Amino acid sequence: MKDPRIFGLMAEFDDINDAIKAARSTYAAGYRKIDAYAPFPVEELSEAIGFHRNGVALVCLVGGLLGCTGAFILQWWINTISYPINIGGRPLNSWPSFIIVTFEMTILFSGLSAVFGMLALNGLPMPYHPVFNVPRFDLASKDRFFIVIFASDKKYDPAGTRQFLEGLNPVSVSEVPS
Amino acid sequence: MARPTEVEVGEQKAPVIQPGHTFASITDKIAAIVLLRPIKGGWLFGMLICFLILQWFLLAVCYLFYKGVGIWGVNIPIGWGFAIVNFVWWIGIGHAGTLISAILLLLRQTWRNSINRFAEAMTLFAVACAGMFPILHLGRPWLFYWLFPYPNTMSYWPNFRSPLVWDVFAVTTYLTISLVFWFVGLIPDLASLRDQTTNRFVRVVYGLLAMGWRNSVRHWNRYETAYLLLGGLATPLVLSVHTVVSFDFSVGIVPGWHTTIFPPYFVAGAIYSGFAMVLVLAIPIRKFYNIEDFITMRHLENSAMVMLATGWIVAYGYAFEAFMNWYGGDPYETFLRWNRLHGPYAGFYYALLFTNLVVPQILWFKKIRTNPIWLFFISLDVLVGMWLERFIIVIVSLSRDFLNSAFGMYYPTQWDWAIFIGTLGFFSACMFLFLRLLPAVSISELKTLIPQAEITVKHEAEVHQ
Repeated sequence: MKDPRIFGLMAEFDDINDAIKAARSTYAAGYRKIDAYAPFPVEELSEAIGFHRNGVALVCLVGGLLGCTGAFILQWWINTISYPINIGGRPLNSWPSFIIVTFEMTILFSGLSAVFGMLALNGLPMPYHPVFNVPRFDLASKDRFFIVIFASDKKYDPAGTRQFLEGLNPVSVSEVPS
Repeated sequence: MARPTEVEVGEQKAPVIQPGHTFASITDKIAAIVLLRPIKGGWLFGMLICFLILQWFLLAVCYLFYKGVGIWGVNIPIGWGFAIVNFVWWIGIGHAGTLISAILLLLRQTWRNSINRFAEAMTLFAVACAGMFPILHLGRPWLFYWLFPYPNTMSYWPNFRSPLVWDVFAVTTYLTISLVFWFVGLIPDLASLRDQTTNRFVRVVYGLLAMGWRNSVRHWNRYETAYLLLGGLATPLVLSVHTVVSFDFSVGIVPGWHTTIFPPYFVAGAIYSGFAMVLVLAIPIRKFYNIEDFITMRHLENSAMVMLATGWIVAYGYAFEAFMNWYGGDPYETFLRWNRLHGPYAGFYYALLFTNLVVPQILWFKKIRTNPIWLFFISLDVLVGMWLERFIIVIVSLSRDFLNSAFGMYYPTQWDWAIFIGTLGFFSACMFLFLRLLPAVSISELKTLIPQAEITVKHEAEVHQ
């Protein structure tokens, strides 16, 4: 029987290599709805829980292309259609002088897309999350590594999962109230 | 954030972080500056002085808005006085922060991890100072938004063929990207402060700013991608910004401005003065906040070497300017050379050569490069030198261009000085606040540099074989 008051089980590690090994074992044991937490980026940990690709680069590319084409089209439209001024017979679509603004807008739009895309894909801002209910979790931003198996996982079973996590040699295992 | 975790303790190089630190000690030490350290007399005194200068600045700006730019020394032929000199100087200073945060990130220079945070803050405040000058210099500053293309009832559009409009786009993009780069870097550290503090109010404030960051490795993965992409985008951006600033000059036909060497020479000069400002800030900060463990002699020496290298690029610029004045054979350019060396502003030119070219050469000596006191004063000297360079470029060229009937002199008034020194007060006041409110050294990035972060388990691909 699953308890709706429980969000999952959390195991704490104080060594980066133990955490990576534990995350691999968790994934190998068939758990999929899992997450790991570390005080700094650890590529091996996200690999270990089966998270290999993210969409940030794609969002950034799309934003950059929009900024690039948008800025050029705007300048072209202004100078040839909306506000054409004939100065000594020079071409209205003097594209070389539009390149700089086009470039700057490409950078601006791709940079903002990368940042806001990252935040959106991460689901931030999210002021509340059940993992914060565990007092020891404050150490995730200091010096500890955590692995959480969510109660929504198909293989999750309160006693069995706890036993499994305890077998991974953690510092502690605690329930995450939802 | 690069991955290498080794801490070099070579015989010759000072370490990036003093050995013996752990994840916990790094967090505690940096967070304590913000959360636990009481406000001391030194900080209050410094802040008070900067605050007073800032008030002087506000007074000068109010009077400027009331009377107009006539209170400055600018007049035809010299329409670009201190405002443009200071604009170029400040924006150049900003460039070092982006160089450290973006270019050194892409080059995997992990020593940057301990100085990038405050260097980025420096960039932000310097660009804010720079951005004020063109607006203050507008005759009707309240109409500054006319520079942006927006649909309006006057049915006009900005002139996209003008370098001044390019500049608007370059500088606003630079400010925006610098701001998000800095803020993205701060998110995990804000979460650290949120988790460290015991004060409910402080926890809520940092919690709101951290937006609920919970250190999930999925988040870190996307975060790293976004951070690297920003680094990749900021690198061409920072090179373009001072290039566009130099276009303000080189697209014009004034003698001394119309030259193709300007873009690279401006960018090198920007980094030169920027690293000088990094040292001017880093040397007192590491001393007063006892973070010599994180900002070590290695950082100071590397910055000094960057200064030496960019100083020589600037020297090459001076030499080639002089060569082209002579080799080009243009009488106005030849006159410009004579005017710089013997004209009414000759003293400034010799001061420029002395401060920018002669004095920094003592950085060739390792003893000087590893002595914070010497470095501090050499950096101040370079900052003065680079300001003089912009003064020479703007004022000397404009004072005597083509017709002798249009020759003139520029004398800055007390309001010119008030606004220039006022921005120094604004910049320093912002730095003082930054030091007390935000972590001045990146907590999460430093952790990747210590032995505790070393990964010894095999890579997943090897495990499956």
